[in-house]
Amino acid sequence: MATPSKSGFKWHIVVFLAPAVIVYTAVMIYPLFATLRLSFYSEVEQERIWVGLQNFATLFGDAIWSEQFWNALGNNAWFFLIHMLVQNPIGIALAAILSSPKLRFSAFYRSAIFIPTILSFVIVGFAWKLILSPIWGIAPDMLDAIGLKFLYQPWLGKEEYALTTLSLVSVWQFVGIPMMLIYAALLSIPDEILEAGECDGITGLSAFFKIKLPLILPSIGIISVLTFVANFNAFDLIYAAQGALAGPDFSTDILGTFMYRTFFGFQLQLGDPHMGSTIASAMFGIILIGVCIYLFGIQRRLRNYQF
Amino acid sequence: MKTSTTTGALLVTTFLAASAAMAQDAELIIESWRNDDLTIWQNKIIPAFEAEHPGIKVKFTPSAPAEYNAVLNSKLDAGSAGDIITCRPFDASLALYDAGHLADLSDIDGMSNFSSVAKSGWSTDDGSATYCVPMASVIHGFIYNKDAFDELGLSVPETEAEFFAALDAIKADGNYIPMAMGTNDQWEAATMGYNNIGPNYWKGEEGRNALIAGEQKLTDEAWVAPYRQMAKWGDYLGDGYEAQTYPDSQNIFTLGRAAIYPAGSWEISGFNAQADFAMGAFNPPVQNAGDTCYISDHTDIGIGMNAATSNPEAAKTFLNWVASSEFSNIFANELPGFFPLSNAAVELQDPLAQEFISWRAKCESSIRSTYQILSRGTPNLENETWNASVAVIKGAESPEDAGKRLQDGLASWYAPHQ
Repeated sequence: MATPSKSGFKWHIVVFLAPAVIVYTAVMIYPLFATLRLSFYSEVEQERIWVGLQNFATLFGDAIWSEQFWNALGNNAWFFLIHMLVQNPIGIALAAILSSPKLRFSAFYRSAIFIPTILSFVIVGFAWKLILSPIWGIAPDMLDAIGLKFLYQPWLGKEEYALTTLSLVSVWQFVGIPMMLIYAALLSIPDEILEAGECDGITGLSAFFKIKLPLILPSIGIISVLTFVANFNAFDLIYAAQGALAGPDFSTDILGTFMYRTFFGFQLQLGDPHMGSTIASAMFGIILIGVCIYLFGIQRRLRNYQF
Repeated sequence: MKTSTTTGALLVTTFLAASAAMAQDAELIIESWRNDDLTIWQNKIIPAFEAEHPGIKVKFTPSAPAEYNAVLNSKLDAGSAGDIITCRPFDASLALYDAGHLADLSDIDGMSNFSSVAKSGWSTDDGSATYCVPMASVIHGFIYNKDAFDELGLSVPETEAEFFAALDAIKADGNYIPMAMGTNDQWEAATMGYNNIGPNYWKGEEGRNALIAGEQKLTDEAWVAPYRQMAKWGDYLGDGYEAQTYPDSQNIFTLGRAAIYPAGSWEISGFNAQADFAMGAFNPPVQNAGDTCYISDHTDIGIGMNAATSNPEAAKTFLNWVASSEFSNIFANELPGFFPLSNAAVELQDPLAQEFISWRAKCESSIRSTYQILSRGTPNLENETWNASVAVIKGAESPEDAGKRLQDGLASWYAPHQ
């Protein structure tokens, strides 16, 4: 085997990168740019014509479209807020409890809490729909058993509760992810630091808030940005539970379902790939801006500690 | 080693035999949203056809109703759709024809068995080309639990006043939910609600055509009055109807927990299988005794040919057979509730289906108001009607506001209303 000359082009780098680059381009980069491109066209008399930014002007300027768009974006923001306020704090708390050496059966709890994450959206959506159903569900009976029947509402059918209910179902499903990431981060904190803290009289809860929490902030940042991206791309759970019209009265309509309905059509509404792509591009823009704010505004201020 | 060579040889012969068979038989794949009918197609309809046409194999591959249009459009664009396409009525199929996905079938022999009204759902606006063979229509009305009616001493309501009197009596008795319908899935409120009772107010075809022509508006009394009736329905639906889905309603009724079910005739076969009590049906009650009754007798299913099929001759043979009276007879009796549209005389055996079809003789037929032309633009009138019907039942919107909202939406894109 000849030794490669040092000044020669390093072909092996290209060869090793090729599979990942080709696959990623084919399934991610090409579709992304094709979608962006599609949003600048429209179809008139079976012909695809270039219309520039007109689709975006319709989406934001025409009341029929913009109302739906802002409604979906608002719902999306609420969906995200619930995840940030409920899912992530609970995830962190669970991780903190699990990492305590005194807890027995921690491996069992860890698996039990993580399992919903690997379930299909369709199963989760359908199971919760049944649990909460006013007709066959166990929720009304369970509340009745503890004398709280008056609290029961057909939550998924009421405009004011449906989105919050579905957000909480999603939290139930995905709380395992922040828990696992934080758990891993907590385990990587060296015992010496905690012991040093103990010598200074910092134990228990204050050890968590004064030592552990600052050390896991970078992980919390990553979790926030993952939650943001996942929530603004969400579609499956709403579609599985409420259908493409995201009822009642569009109160659970998020950008994903709005895009699906527009792109593929629904019942008598014919699909419009161009407006659909326009919404998809807007979603892409929103997520891009959100991630950039995080990367440039927040992540740079976080300090990573090397042990 | 010996055995593996023998197995190999066997495999090769199997493949050869299989490919020889493939070369002879044309295989037709049917795209459909009627996944409920899978067994009937597999056990009755396809064997009957294959027995007559030995060279053609047919496969029925349905997808879920709500996803059908989206799935079909993607498959057609990708070139992976089946040879035979089950056609939704009006614009969804017209768009497929305009895009060159559905073949023009005007000249196949079987087309002469259909009236122009039957063909209207699958013809171009000027009627010059028909691209799907009309297969079936569905009729709207109310199915009721006969045992419950007998128990409470109720008779079949003919006028609106009698209808609400019956609902009140059932509610007062308390053993049955007066009416099984939910608003979670939205479409029942529009399809089994608004378009079920509506034709009595807008006088069927007369009002529907006037609306298309721009002579009537959705804010007119005839179009608002059905909402006014539906605003009263909310009191008679079961607890938590807001989260009740379509399958929930079906189950509540067939378990005998509800007395009246606002229905489409497509429910008949499912209900016959599920319910163990006697059922009857009545057409939407009229406003005053003696008024002409109108029913929604909606052209619902057609069947056409993928223009890109590799077996156009076999596909046409199949479609001609679908247009024949033989198919109509099998279809109407195997699927009571889907009424054939062909002129051929068909004997129905199911009593409930007979009840539904008898209304064609005493009432005037019409189709759903939002289906032809009016759902072409954005906002989509059909989807808006779902939303408005639900809002009215829940009391979230007044009938007048709903009518005004729909009219404003329609006028925003439909020239005859501007």
